[in-house]
Amino acid sequence: MKYPWLKKFAEKLQGLLVPLVLLAMWQWLSSQAIVNPQILPAPTAVLAKWWEYLSPQEAYDPAKAGYLAWLFSGELIRDAYASLYRVMLGFMIGAAMALPLGLMMGASDRIYKLFNPLIQLLRPIPPIAFIPLSILWFGLGNPPAIFLIVIGAFFPILMNTIAGVRNVDSIYIRAARNLGASQTTMFLRVILPAATPYILTGARIGVGTAFIVVIVAEMIAVNNGLGYRILEAREFFWSDKIIAGMFSIGLLGLAIDTGMNWLNNYLLKWHRGIEGN
Amino acid sequence: MQPHIQITRVSKVYSSAERNVAALDDINLNIAPGEFICLLGPSGCGKSTLLNAVAGFSLPTSGSILVDTRPVQQPGPDRGMVFQEYALFPWMTVEKNIAFGLEIKNAPRAQIKEKVDALLRMLNLYDFRERYPKDLSGGMRQRVAIARVLALDSPIMLMDEPFGALDSLTRRNLQDELLRIWMEFKKTIIFVTHSIEESIYLADRIVVMTYRPGKIKKDVSVVIPRPRDPSSAEFNDLKKELALLVMEEQDRHLRDEIKEPSAD
Repeated sequence: MKYPWLKKFAEKLQGLLVPLVLLAMWQWLSSQAIVNPQILPAPTAVLAKWWEYLSPQEAYDPAKAGYLAWLFSGELIRDAYASLYRVMLGFMIGAAMALPLGLMMGASDRIYKLFNPLIQLLRPIPPIAFIPLSILWFGLGNPPAIFLIVIGAFFPILMNTIAGVRNVDSIYIRAARNLGASQTTMFLRVILPAATPYILTGARIGVGTAFIVVIVAEMIAVNNGLGYRILEAREFFWSDKIIAGMFSIGLLGLAIDTGMNWLNNYLLKWHRGIEGN
Repeated sequence: MQPHIQITRVSKVYSSAERNVAALDDINLNIAPGEFICLLGPSGCGKSTLLNAVAGFSLPTSGSILVDTRPVQQPGPDRGMVFQEYALFPWMTVEKNIAFGLEIKNAPRAQIKEKVDALLRMLNLYDFRERYPKDLSGGMRQRVAIARVLALDSPIMLMDEPFGALDSLTRRNLQDELLRIWMEFKKTIIFVTHSIEESIYLADRIVVMTYRPGKIKKDVSVVIPRPRDPSSAEFNDLKKELALLVMEEQDRHLRDEIKEPSAD
């Protein structure tokens, strides 16, 4: 083809084809008065609702707040922020507990044998099953939600860290011993970096789980956040808002995953994906 | 002269539930300072086992290995090892890989930089110093592995089929480079290979080993002056002589494999 950018553009359009066709069918279906708009609102209605959900609720008043603060004062922004805050805090706490324990369990057979039976017992319990207990222990609000997210993030990171340390190729250990590395150097500069690909995979799964858990936790324990908002919308039969909220959840999840992917690529720029020279 | 490495009555038995395998049997070998020794034999002859025993990775079942009259008990930077699979740390750049041994020794920063730069230049790696191992060819990786060992200033270099995975041109190139390094730094080298030609091209002495249990079959001094020409008559005579010895062992190895598949 004469214009390479045109080809690229055409390829981009190809990816949009299926969603556009589906959207058109959805729009047509809604316009035919076949389905009740309260069950399935038109895409245009959802988009309008999403815009309303995103926009500031009050008119701009410089006396009250700065322009940026006003711009980000929409309900969606505040909900997304609340959800993201819980995911991040819970993930950080979960990772801060799972990482050292996983490193120790991977490196020491004794510690592994000490903790493994308990972990094997607790790990199959879905984080959701901790909801009753978390409310009993922490009441309502952020604490029970964050507790659930911690549990959701903890196990994937723990299991992958253990596997990462245990699967360090012995050739690296041999090379480092040959160079005279002490135990500490071996751990910090050989075992830890060699295990990073596994640990980051665990972190990625952990964030994913945390994101699932936050939506559920918000439906039960708190009264803001994206999960709370779509449940609230159901009580008012605002199906357009439910769907707008769902798309927002999807977009936020995509953003988190993109961020993790970026972190992954940055930390593993030395890694060729599949190990082995 | 006191041997640099003294191997006396060394035997090694690998025990498993089903059986015991004698990998090394009564090996006696004295290696002088600055000597270039090749251990030659088919796979399964215990040449790598012997090298690993000298390196301190896997100690012999009986017998003694003395380096500078001190018994080998564990791996150490006085016996730098170059592995066939390179064993570079993939998360470190070329530069960092070479510097790692010096950082372990807590050498001053300026000294590390000076030494690493000199090695990078000597091995034609300077332009690749910020690359990661994954972006290097096999020959380049093995240069880095050699530089990493040279950085340690270890008097002994142990090399476990280091050029086995390289194409023949790269291989010859690195062999020449290794000889140059050996002459310049006066290292004592134990070099494991199953290539007869490689052993004649490099070694002062070729130690031919038998297949299981690994014994010394013959200890051959190579008196051809360097640089050696692989197409010369004397080179080829020695090659024929060694080929006969090695093929005998290879045949035993084959018979064993037919009796007992996947022995290795």
